[in-house]
Amino acid sequence: MKTKQEKSRANPGILRRLFAQREMSVFLIILLVVAIAVVVNPKFMQLSNIKSIAISVAADGLLSIGLTLALILGGIELSVGGVAAMTCVIAGDLALKGVNIWLACLAAIVAGGLCGLFNGVMVSKVGLPPFIVTLSMMNLSRGVAFIITTGSPLSVSGTLPDSFRFLATGSVLGIPMLFFIFFVVTVIFYILMKKSNACRNIYYVGSNENAAKLSGINVDKVKIWVYVVIALLSSLVGILSLARFNVATPELSRGAETTAISAAVIGGTSMTGGVGGIIGTFLGIFLLKIVDSALVMMDISVYWQDFVQGAILVIAVTIDYMSHRNSGNSFLHRVVGIKRPIRS
Amino acid sequence: MSEYLLEARGITKLFPGTRALDQVQLQVKPGEVHALCGENGAGKSTLMNIIGGVFPPTEGEIIFDGKKIAPRNPKEAQDLGIGFVHQELSLCPHLTAAENIFIGRLPRKGSMIDFKRLWEEADRVLGQFNANFASTAVVSDLTVSERQIIEIAKSVSLNCKLLILDEPTSSLTEKETTRLFQVIRELKEKGISILYISHRMAEIFEVCDRVTVFKDGTYVTTMETSECTADDIIKSMVGRELGNMYPPKSSHIDQDDIILKVEHLTGEIFKNVSFTLRRGEILGFAGLVGAGRSEVMRGLCAIDPTSGGQVFLEGSACSFHHYRDAVNAGICYLTEDRKNQGLFLGMSIKNNMSSANLKGVSHGIWLDDGMEKDLANQYVEQLAIKLPGIEYPISSLSGGNQQKCLVGKWLSLHPKVIIMDEPTRGIDVGAKREIHNLLRNLAESGMGVIVVSSELPEVIGVSDRIAVMHEGDLAGMLEGEDITEENIMKLASGEQLGVKELRE
Repeated sequence: MKTKQEKSRANPGILRRLFAQREMSVFLIILLVVAIAVVVNPKFMQLSNIKSIAISVAADGLLSIGLTLALILGGIELSVGGVAAMTCVIAGDLALKGVNIWLACLAAIVAGGLCGLFNGVMVSKVGLPPFIVTLSMMNLSRGVAFIITTGSPLSVSGTLPDSFRFLATGSVLGIPMLFFIFFVVTVIFYILMKKSNACRNIYYVGSNENAAKLSGINVDKVKIWVYVVIALLSSLVGILSLARFNVATPELSRGAETTAISAAVIGGTSMTGGVGGIIGTFLGIFLLKIVDSALVMMDISVYWQDFVQGAILVIAVTIDYMSHRNSGNSFLHRVVGIKRPIRS
Repeated sequence: MSEYLLEARGITKLFPGTRALDQVQLQVKPGEVHALCGENGAGKSTLMNIIGGVFPPTEGEIIFDGKKIAPRNPKEAQDLGIGFVHQELSLCPHLTAAENIFIGRLPRKGSMIDFKRLWEEADRVLGQFNANFASTAVVSDLTVSERQIIEIAKSVSLNCKLLILDEPTSSLTEKETTRLFQVIRELKEKGISILYISHRMAEIFEVCDRVTVFKDGTYVTTMETSECTADDIIKSMVGRELGNMYPPKSSHIDQDDIILKVEHLTGEIFKNVSFTLRRGEILGFAGLVGAGRSEVMRGLCAIDPTSGGQVFLEGSACSFHHYRDAVNAGICYLTEDRKNQGLFLGMSIKNNMSSANLKGVSHGIWLDDGMEKDLANQYVEQLAIKLPGIEYPISSLSGGNQQKCLVGKWLSLHPKVIIMDEPTRGIDVGAKREIHNLLRNLAESGMGVIVVSSELPEVIGVSDRIAVMHEGDLAGMLEGEDITEENIMKLASGEQLGVKELRE
C-alpha cells in the first residue's frame, strides 16, 4: 500500500498543478484584459463585438496550431502565411476559370500539401535548418501567389456557390462557422496531441532528437508528417479566407507567422522543442486578438496594436523566466541556455 | 604566512530544499596536487564553485594566500589567482587557440589587435606545455585534450597559484591522460597548487599528494596518498566496505547456445568485425577511445549504416534497415551519452520509460495513461529505482537511477540482446555496483548482454569474455585466465599476444 505522502508526491495536487500551468495564467490575463476593456467601454461585451473577435481569431488561430506543432517538434515554420495565400489564389484562380469550386479547393490543398512535403523532406532527409527551408518556402509560395495574380487581388464574387461561402460566412447555433471550424480543429488537435501515440512522437523528437532516434522512432517520418499537416492547416486557412472575403489576394496572411509564433509562445510552447500544447496556443491567440479589439474599443489608435503585442510577448516570456528561474525549466533557460548552478 | 595556500573553514551551502555542504573544510598546501573525492552529490563541485567564485557560501570563510577572500564572480577569483578548468570546457570553438588563451586581454596596437604579438605570446605559453599545435589552430579542429591544455594554459598565463581541475580525464584517452599528468607535474614544479576532482582511484594515486574525501555534503577525512589504499578512500566515500566490487561470473553458459552472431561487419571506421554472443553471457568490449567499439554496436543495430557483413539473431539472418527493425527483432542499444542521446530531460520519468514502447501502452492509435503508468511502476519496482514519483522530470534523478530507468524502458520490450555502452559513466560508486549486479541478473535471466566500457576494471570485473578492438579491427577475444589488464592493453594498443595467449 502506498502511504498518503507517497501518493501526493506521485501526483501533485490537482489545484496546484492547475495553477502551475501556463494556460491558467494566460486565462487570468485574458479575464483581466476583458475586465479593463468592459470598464472603459461596456460595448466590449456586446454580442456583435464578441462575434467579430471570434471571427478574427479563426484564421490566425489555425496557423498558430500549425506553428505549435512546428515548435514542439523543435523546428519552426515561417511559410504558413505564404502557403495560405498560395492556396487561396490557386483555388480562386481555378474557380474563375470555371473549375468546380470544390475541385479547385482540392487542387489547392494538394498544392499546399506538396509545399509541406517539400519542407519536411528538406528538413529531415536533406538536413537543412527548418528556419532556412521555411523562409525559402515563405517566399516561394507567396511568389507563386503573386505570379498567378500578377499582383492584384482576384475578385471571385458571383462565381462561388452559397454552399461554399457558408464555410466562412454562415453560422451554426449562432456561432460563426469560421470560429466553429477553428474550435473543432483545436479540439481534434488537442486530443491528438494529448492522446495519440503518433503525436507523442512529436514531443519525443522535439525534446531530444538523438534520444528519439535511439528509441527506435523514425524521426524523419515524424518530421515530414508534421510539416505536411502544418501546410494542410495553412491551406485550410487559404480556402476559408477565399470563402470569407470573396477575393483571392496574394497579400493574404502576410506577417501571420509572427502572430502565430507569439500565440504559441505566450501559450507556453517552448522555442526549443518538446514542450507546449494546443490549449495554451488557443488562449494565446485569443489574448492577442482580444487585446487588439480592446484597444479599438478603448479608442486607442490601431497603430498601437503591434507595439502592445510586442509588449505582451516580452512580458509573458519574462514572467515565465522569473517564475521558473529556480527550477531551470523556463523558456529562456532552454532557449538561451542559461544554466542554473549545478551541484555535483 | 600559514602552511596552506588555500584554507576553507566551516563552509556551509544551502540550496532551496537541500544542504549541499555542511561545515566542510579543505586545506591545500603550496605546490601540492590535492585530490577531492566523493560520490556524485557529495558536494565536491559545490565547494569548487564557491572557491571559483561561481556562487557564495551560506556560511564559512576561505583563506587564500594568507588573506580572507570572498570572490563574487569567476573573474574576481581569477584575479586573485584561482584558475578553474570545468569538466565541460568553455572555449569559443570558432576562434583560435591564441584568441582563447588571451580572451578579454588581447594585446593591442593602438585600437587594433596586435596579432603578431598575440601569436608569439600564445606560442610561448603553449610551449610550456609541449603543445604540438600552433596557437593559430582553430579550437574546433583540436581534440578534447588539446582544448584542455588551452584552458590550463589560459589559467596559467593569468598567473594562477591554484588550479582547479574538475574531472579532467573524463573524456580523455589513456595517452592523453598520461600527457595531462605530465602537465600537472610540471605545474607542480613551478609551485602551482592543483585541486584535482576525480572518480578514478588509479589517477589519484598516480598524480596526487593528498586526498580529501567528502560524503553527502560533509567532510570525512584527509589522507596522504602514500599512506592509504584505494579501499581506504572508497570506504570513507561510501562509509561501508564494498567487499567484492563485482558480482560473481556465470558458471553455466552453454557454449553452443549462440544468441547473436556477427560476421564480417564493416562500416565507416571499423572493418571485418566478427564475434558471437551466447545466451546468458556478458561480453565485454574493450579498447581505446576511438577504436570503433560504439560504432560496431550502432552498426549492428542499424543506427548507423554499414557497408558489409551479416548479423544473425538466434540463428536467422537479419536485415535491419532502421533501428526500429533491430528493436522489434529483440536487440536494443543503450547509449554512452545518456544526457544528449538517451534521455528526454524535460519530460517525465513515465514518458521516458514508455518512449521505446508506445505500442505497448496504446489501444490502437490512442495512448492509455493507465498502461503507461503501470509500465513505469512495474520497472521502478523491479529495478528498485529510487524516485519521488513517475510524473517528475527524469532530470530530477541521479545518474544511476536515470540509467536504471533507461534499462527499464528497454526491458519492457523483452529484448533478447541488450547492449550497454559505458553503462556506468557518470554514476557514483555505490550505484555502479547496482548496475553491475543488474547486468548480471539480465544475463542470468537468459539475455545476451554486451558491455562496452573504457574502464578496464569494470570490463574485466563484469564480463565473461572480452573482445578487444584496435583502430577498427577486432584485435582479439580474451576468455577466462587470459583476461588481464595487461593482455587487454596489449591488444588495444595494437601489439600481438603470444600464440599461447591468443585464442580466437
